[in-house]
Amino acid sequence: MKVSLFITCFNDTLFPSTGRATVELLERLGCEVEFPEAQTCCGQMHGNSGYEEHGQALVGRLERVFSGAETIVSPSASCVAFVREHLPAMEGRLFELTEFLVDRLGTEDVGASFPHRVTLHPTCHSLRLLRVGDRPRRLLEQVRGIELVDMDEAGECCGFGGTFAVKNADTSMAMLSDKLRHVLDTRAEVCTAADTSCLMHIGGALRRQRAGTRVMHLAEILAARE
Amino acid sequence: MSRGFPAAARETLANSQLRRNLGKATTTIRAKRAATVAEVPDWEQLRDAGAAIKAHAMATLPEQLERLEASVTRAGGTVHWARDGAEANAIVAQVARAHGADEVIKVKSLATDEISLNEALAERGISAIETDLAELVIQLADDEQSHILVPAIHFNRAEIRALFERTIAQGQELGLAAGAIAEAARRHLREKFLSVPVAVSGANFGVAETGTVAVVESEGNGRMCTTLPKVLVTVMGIEKILPEWRDLEVFLQLLPRSSTAERMNPYTSLWTGVRPGDGPEEFHLILLDGGRTDVLADEVGRQALHCIRCSACLNVCPVYSRVGGQAYESVYPGPIGAVLSPLLFGLGEHPTLPWASSLCGACYDACPVKIEIPKLLVHLRGRVIREEKSRLAPEALAMRAVAAAFGSRERYERAQKLARLGRGPIAKAALPGWSAMRDLPEPPRETFRAWWRGRRDGEAGPPA
Repeated sequence: MKVSLFITCFNDTLFPSTGRATVELLERLGCEVEFPEAQTCCGQMHGNSGYEEHGQALVGRLERVFSGAETIVSPSASCVAFVREHLPAMEGRLFELTEFLVDRLGTEDVGASFPHRVTLHPTCHSLRLLRVGDRPRRLLEQVRGIELVDMDEAGECCGFGGTFAVKNADTSMAMLSDKLRHVLDTRAEVCTAADTSCLMHIGGALRRQRAGTRVMHLAEILAARE
Repeated sequence: MSRGFPAAARETLANSQLRRNLGKATTTIRAKRAATVAEVPDWEQLRDAGAAIKAHAMATLPEQLERLEASVTRAGGTVHWARDGAEANAIVAQVARAHGADEVIKVKSLATDEISLNEALAERGISAIETDLAELVIQLADDEQSHILVPAIHFNRAEIRALFERTIAQGQELGLAAGAIAEAARRHLREKFLSVPVAVSGANFGVAETGTVAVVESEGNGRMCTTLPKVLVTVMGIEKILPEWRDLEVFLQLLPRSSTAERMNPYTSLWTGVRPGDGPEEFHLILLDGGRTDVLADEVGRQALHCIRCSACLNVCPVYSRVGGQAYESVYPGPIGAVLSPLLFGLGEHPTLPWASSLCGACYDACPVKIEIPKLLVHLRGRVIREEKSRLAPEALAMRAVAAAFGSRERYERAQKLARLGRGPIAKAALPGWSAMRDLPEPPRETFRAWWRGRRDGEAGPPA
């Protein structure tokens, strides 16, 4: 199957390992991956911050960049949610990675092996905007050697929320403190999610605290062959 | 103008006792609500029905209000129209004065809090006595409400005991048993129920078809107020109208489960005008606009008028459950307050509230009438930026610069290089707030697209 990768500006610029893992994983599962290099940003930051005009322009641009693509896959639940909300016509063409694996490829066992203790942060946009349900969990359960542990209040927001994290830094930190406590209580080595932005938030604090737990995008675990 | 959410939240977040009280209370009610809602097999259909009835009521508001006026009048009540809080307050005072009352007893009512009725009556020499237990706590403590349904949610039991021992139960030792503490309030209030001639209530619903007004409550104080005094005055926001009697069936299922996680609330009082020898001899219904018709004019924002004040969105909100109600600086706190307050009281009055959310979506899932709160928040962010802010504000300029960079591949790739060096406009603006608690990610050696190109070219080229 031919698949166009919508990497998102965030992964492209700051977290390329998420993109590399996504490509490796999709190719291993027999997909032919193409990357339209004209893509930039979907406009989520602008759109959600009240700069509608810019958001519209950017999401419109994205639509043009991917106009020839039959199937588009992205390792970011929040960007996919934004694009779907603004481009309803993308329904059926644009997939978040776990949706694509489970629904389109019909696979939960992607042949990964990752012998570590892992906890999943399900992310607001995966759960409540895309309604991916337990797809990420089902995929993780099939990973060889993995020890999956649930964190308390898993469905609660980590406090990132885009510009919220800086505009309301105090509130964001209060939310993050509780999320960190739940992550660390699991004694997991790795906290994973289908959204890099949450992981940058959670991971940034884990690193600051020298907590000994790291963050990895779900794609990186699903691509792993340890 | 308010101080703004970030500053107010910073202060409430520093109160560890409040964090503790609030965290405990919201976690408990959240779990209970989830369980009570899960019992109803057609919950989603009920939500759809609730949303549809409200949308219909708002679309036909003038007609419904006139129907309500006619039915209430037919049943022996008097209907008053109030453009704003000042007009409504004056009508209440006039009715009280006509009966020589220098005290009125009150059923918990957000509409009367919204228009500062108690303060307006006090200025005219009339004291308003709150009879809802939590409202009484707030009144005795001279504090501000922090929750729509449980206004004293930020108090714990020991604090309430100490407050009562200082005020209505002076010289008594109440102990820590909830029953004994409540008993002190009961004794204090019983006397008022039996002696004060005028009561003031809000309304959960007003049925246009029959002229019936409904108040839903848990403590029985509302029942006392709506049945014992000679005169009853109800202040009802015009958006509380339901077209038909049968509509109550939907809302009396949605409301208790969403608010107190009860299958049915202990007291549902319904009254239609007056009836000789049964309840109040005189009934006044004040229909309050108070900015609501302006909200109706906002095609996206008008959904906020569907709110039935259940407070489910507050209890599930990760922001509210940490900062508490007072950080919102309005009688309407939490997610719904973050949209309703700027809409009702003006964007300029509450310009920071639309940003008091991480847009996590928990409020929408909990809302019994499916108000798209995240969508409304984003809409109001746009309105604040367009209507209240300069196009030359630093943020607007930065956003424009970033949008321009994202507008072409060449500019984007150039901006990527800057961002990786930590010098981009976003990185610069965000740095202090971010770095207080979080490290920035290490800039990667190469972008994804650089890796992609290298791999492609490597593959395409001859073997090394």
